[in-house]
Amino acid sequence: MDVHWTEYLPPLLEGAWVTIRLTVFSTLLGAILAFAAGVGRLSRNAALRAVSVAYIEVFRGTSLLVQLFWLYFALPLAGQAVGLDLRIPPVIAGILALSLNIGAYGAEVVRGAIQSVHTGQHEAALALNFTPRQTLARVTIPQAIPEMMPSFGNLAVQNLKDTALVSLISLGDMTFRAEQIRNFTQDSVTVYSMLLAMYFGMALVLTAMMRGIEHSVGRWRPVRS
Amino acid sequence: MSDPIIRFDNVVKRFGDHTVLDRLNFTVNRGEKVTIIGPSGSGKSTVLRILMTLEGIEGGVVHVGGEPLWHEADGVTPASEAHLRRKRAEMGMVFQQFNLFPHMTVLRNITEAPVRVLGLPKAEAKARAEELLELVGLTEHMAKFPHQLSGGQQQRVAIARALAMRPSILLFDEPTSALDPELVGEVLGVIRRLAEEHDLTMLLVTHEMRFAREVSDRVVFFDQGRIREEGAPEEIFTDPSEERTREFLKTTLEPSSP
Repeated sequence: MDVHWTEYLPPLLEGAWVTIRLTVFSTLLGAILAFAAGVGRLSRNAALRAVSVAYIEVFRGTSLLVQLFWLYFALPLAGQAVGLDLRIPPVIAGILALSLNIGAYGAEVVRGAIQSVHTGQHEAALALNFTPRQTLARVTIPQAIPEMMPSFGNLAVQNLKDTALVSLISLGDMTFRAEQIRNFTQDSVTVYSMLLAMYFGMALVLTAMMRGIEHSVGRWRPVRS
Repeated sequence: MSDPIIRFDNVVKRFGDHTVLDRLNFTVNRGEKVTIIGPSGSGKSTVLRILMTLEGIEGGVVHVGGEPLWHEADGVTPASEAHLRRKRAEMGMVFQQFNLFPHMTVLRNITEAPVRVLGLPKAEAKARAEELLELVGLTEHMAKFPHQLSGGQQQRVAIARALAMRPSILLFDEPTSALDPELVGEVLGVIRRLAEEHDLTMLLVTHEMRFAREVSDRVVFFDQGRIREEGAPEEIFTDPSEERTREFLKTTLEPSSP
């Protein structure tokens, strides 16, 4: 078989676009979940705390692959058993599994960052008569966000790499396309090398973007040597 | 002139087994400038923290502005959050570590609470903040972030921030203890001006004895959770009646004199 490597590019790039969208959507949704569960864990409301802890522990304590399969293969059957149509398209299942997973890890980052805000800040806010909600939104979270950014950057890259798993529920991402080409050409070395390089390139871009965000949310901080 | 704006009646405060305030009775009259002195761990700061509702109490009643602070009007039922919020609005606090909001500019540090908590229009809050910055001599630093200022400047911003809420009582918790010696003067200067020009009630915890002597109407010596002695500054500093006060003053005044 004599296929030039450039001929692999169009299908791989097509897959890359799917991978990028999956990464962006699941990271954004994951960040929202992370804030909800991270703040929920610190709530004064016991029910809210319990739900947050359960969510965080379940999704951190089980495999992403199994979560993905469960959502895609098991949930529809479970729904059927109770008379509900819970079939979801692979894209949605992929984004959901990825964001639920990354959200659970992110929640711990959010919690840690919020707890790292100095107690003096809470006391100052209380002395100025801010409500607990105002304190969280105006004082605590804005100071916690720059603290979370390095870990969020790592999680986003982790998430990018995890998107490869969605190829297993027949989503046409970069890995899925590579697999197709390899089946067709048996040219494993070239295809997988290209795949590695493309993930690495994406990770570099993503890391740079997260650094940019980190820098812009932390403008008020003193420059650290 | 007996119009107490702050009154502690048999107030007990414990941290675990340690009794910090032991049935404390203490009053501050409206407009009075009172300084609390005493060895560390004597419960001085705790008095301020209880007033600002940062710490609860285990016994007794604290009155602020003629009403119980930690209880509803009946003096028995524990205070609701709404009651505490209303009482808190009468007081402002300046902390040892300044506790400015590091992510906000100087101006926003001062306008944030008036806008969010009092619901003041932004323009009005800004005008008030500018007036206060002039009072503390920091007009040109309005757009800076706290970390760009010296400790003394940060503490002056913190004073402006507390004043922006128009409290009738201002609490100072060792406002110069975290400052380099050369910066203490500028902060004390601002506090002195406030004491002289405003009818605010001021309660200060400080280790600056000379300053305490100059600005206070009354000095209170705390020891082991109780008031050992109180009186006019001249009396306390020149002719204390208690042996314990004399000892304390000796140890604090002597090492610092050249």
